Amino acid sequence: MQKSTLAAAIAAAALVAAQNAGAQELRIGFLNTLTGGSAIIGKHLMNGWVLGLEHAGWKKDGDKLGGVPTKIFYADDQQKPEIGLREVDKFLKQDKVHIVSGIIWSNVMMTIQKPVFDAKVMILSANAGPSPLAGELCNPLFTSSSFMNDGNAEATGVMATKDGIKTVVAMAPNYQAGKDNVNGFMRTFKSGKVVDQILFKIGESDFQADLAKVRAAKPQALYIFAPGGMGIAFMKQWVASGLNKEIKLYSIYTVDGLTIPAIGEAAIGAIEASHWNPDLDNEKNKRFVKDYMAKFGHMPSYFAVQSYDAPALIAKGMKAVGGKTDDMAAVAKAIRKGTMDSPRGTITFNVNGMVLQPYWRLEVVKGADGKPAIKGVAKIFDHKDAYWEKCPANKRI
Amino acid sequence: MRRVTPRSALGWAAVAVIVAYGLYRIFIRNDQLLFETALNGVQFGVFLFLISAGLTLVFGIMNMVNLAHGSLFMMGAYIGSYVFQQSDSFALAIAVAIPFSLLLGIVLEFLALRTLYARDHLDQVLATFGFILFFNQLVLRVFGATSQEFRLPDSINFPMPLFGFTYPSYRLIVIVVGLLVALGLYLVIAKTRVGMLIRAGASNRPMVGALGVNVRMLFTLIFGIGAALAGLAGVMIGPIESVESGMGENKLILAFVVIVIGGIGSIRGAFIASIIVGLVEVIGRVFMKDMLREFLPEEFAQTAGPALASMSIYILMAAVLYFRPQGLFPARTG
Repeated sequence: MQKSTLAAAIAAAALVAAQNAGAQELRIGFLNTLTGGSAIIGKHLMNGWVLGLEHAGWKKDGDKLGGVPTKIFYADDQQKPEIGLREVDKFLKQDKVHIVSGIIWSNVMMTIQKPVFDAKVMILSANAGPSPLAGELCNPLFTSSSFMNDGNAEATGVMATKDGIKTVVAMAPNYQAGKDNVNGFMRTFKSGKVVDQILFKIGESDFQADLAKVRAAKPQALYIFAPGGMGIAFMKQWVASGLNKEIKLYSIYTVDGLTIPAIGEAAIGAIEASHWNPDLDNEKNKRFVKDYMAKFGHMPSYFAVQSYDAPALIAKGMKAVGGKTDDMAAVAKAIRKGTMDSPRGTITFNVNGMVLQPYWRLEVVKGADGKPAIKGVAKIFDHKDAYWEKCPANKRI
Repeated sequence: MRRVTPRSALGWAAVAVIVAYGLYRIFIRNDQLLFETALNGVQFGVFLFLISAGLTLVFGIMNMVNLAHGSLFMMGAYIGSYVFQQSDSFALAIAVAIPFSLLLGIVLEFLALRTLYARDHLDQVLATFGFILFFNQLVLRVFGATSQEFRLPDSINFPMPLFGFTYPSYRLIVIVVGLLVALGLYLVIAKTRVGMLIRAGASNRPMVGALGVNVRMLFTLIFGIGAALAGLAGVMIGPIESVESGMGENKLILAFVVIVIGGIGSIRGAFIASIIVGLVEVIGRVFMKDMLREFLPEEFAQTAGPALASMSIYILMAAVLYFRPQGLFPARTG
């Protein structure tokens, strides 16, 4: 009788101890895209994340992040919202994570945000920045280490205005992000007007037909949003058409570290707006670029920068709440507070959790080795998203 | 012989009127955009022919639905880009990619597809869809996730002055190569013994076998030719687009539209349908929005224009299926 009571007491004590141990462990689910045509983005996101963890002192499960033993789970959304939802469901129910990070695609983000917030779990987006989450659907459990979807578009509009451009043809894929990026450009482009919009099929690879139309419209500049393979095909065909000699080109997410190797010399002369570039002159950036190149053997991209910053932000948040994982909104609040040193420079946060950061004018020039290289030219502006006023007052932090 | 029915006469008359109006706009009214667009349409059509010629042969003669045709296109582009990266020579890339594709087609037919001829179309679709997944992952594993470096020498790819505007010279080369391939296929099919067997195979397969022809050999050969044509299309288009995993799928859909419109199994049908589809696609893309703008609100035209333009070839296909379910130039009667 006494023996069994003792056993029960020990068991109970062990249980409590286990629970305490559980409370002191931070669990993170990292949702990425590792298969399919966009796997390259996922690779950069993963590399940046791994390097960021290392610099924050975390190498393997059980190591401490922000003073808390941390375990990380990984999943592949295959660029599909339904698969992303399934994987996040596993994060929430089986792995019992406290934070979901990664998340490249806005449509995946919009699908998973509700179940994650409902479970009182925090989202730290390392890429997707859809406007609803900055506006009417903003949430105290949301933070971001990336950007607002149309930030680059708005920066480009400012840049074209500074350049005194009068007529522009805007090109983008015919889907939500494409239209957002055209609208973002039009919001800030003040010195002239957009004479025509060409919305092409998403995944388009032959732009010759559209280029004929651009030639006929004779604009002073062309603005294009064509990420991934679309941009590679476009840049090759743009130069072959000879239009690059007559029309100025502003592009976003088109000519970057991911696509330049495939575009080759045709990339030289391109102008882009971005929230990061490899030659930004700060200590954090120098260390990031050097260690990244040493570890992975290729140039990092802004995707890698964003996910590189994520572990540091998590560490900062966890430290501020004393390692407690029971109130993730407090962690999100701590992350948003104050400033943070990023390879991008110093970043801060808006009341909706979106990053406030400078945007840079970049130009692709011939590098020392004869290959195209991205060169940061000048700061365009400090960006603040256009949606935060739509975020209900009681949801702002 | 094909009979001229009143309905088809009406159809051809309509085509003649459209073409005549287009020529009037281009040459009398000097409409440069339309001219450039028409040239782009023909160029796109010729490219479509390169990829659909092989598909129509395989589908028409072997009665085999080969979804992996787009993967053969992709493999041509990948091998071409690999050779280019090693040698910096586009000519060598072409010289290696075509025989490689031929060989790949023959090996594929020999190892796997041959067992599918007797099965129904659904089994063929499933099996060849499996090959799409296989090849897409294969190139990711072997070549990595980045888009492959593949460029043209400046000597053949430059902005060429042409009637008051500049046109990419390489696209003219694509047109010439496509026309040469069309001519070559025509000569082989119309004038040679193998061509006779191919035509016979398209018309009545069991009879060809019954007459003692080695149908197996013939099929392997046809599949190899189809793969080589897809590989040629891949290696020619790769350097002006993006060489990446899954690049063949969109092309495959267009190729199916072409062979359905042209009449399955008919090279002549594939050629004419390619040009028609190329023209409709490109002209729709350039002019559809402006046409809608004439009688619809701006905002609506902005959204509906591109959507309708990308649907135009499918609408065309539906119309052809309604009026001529067998396609414009079916192999069995033409």
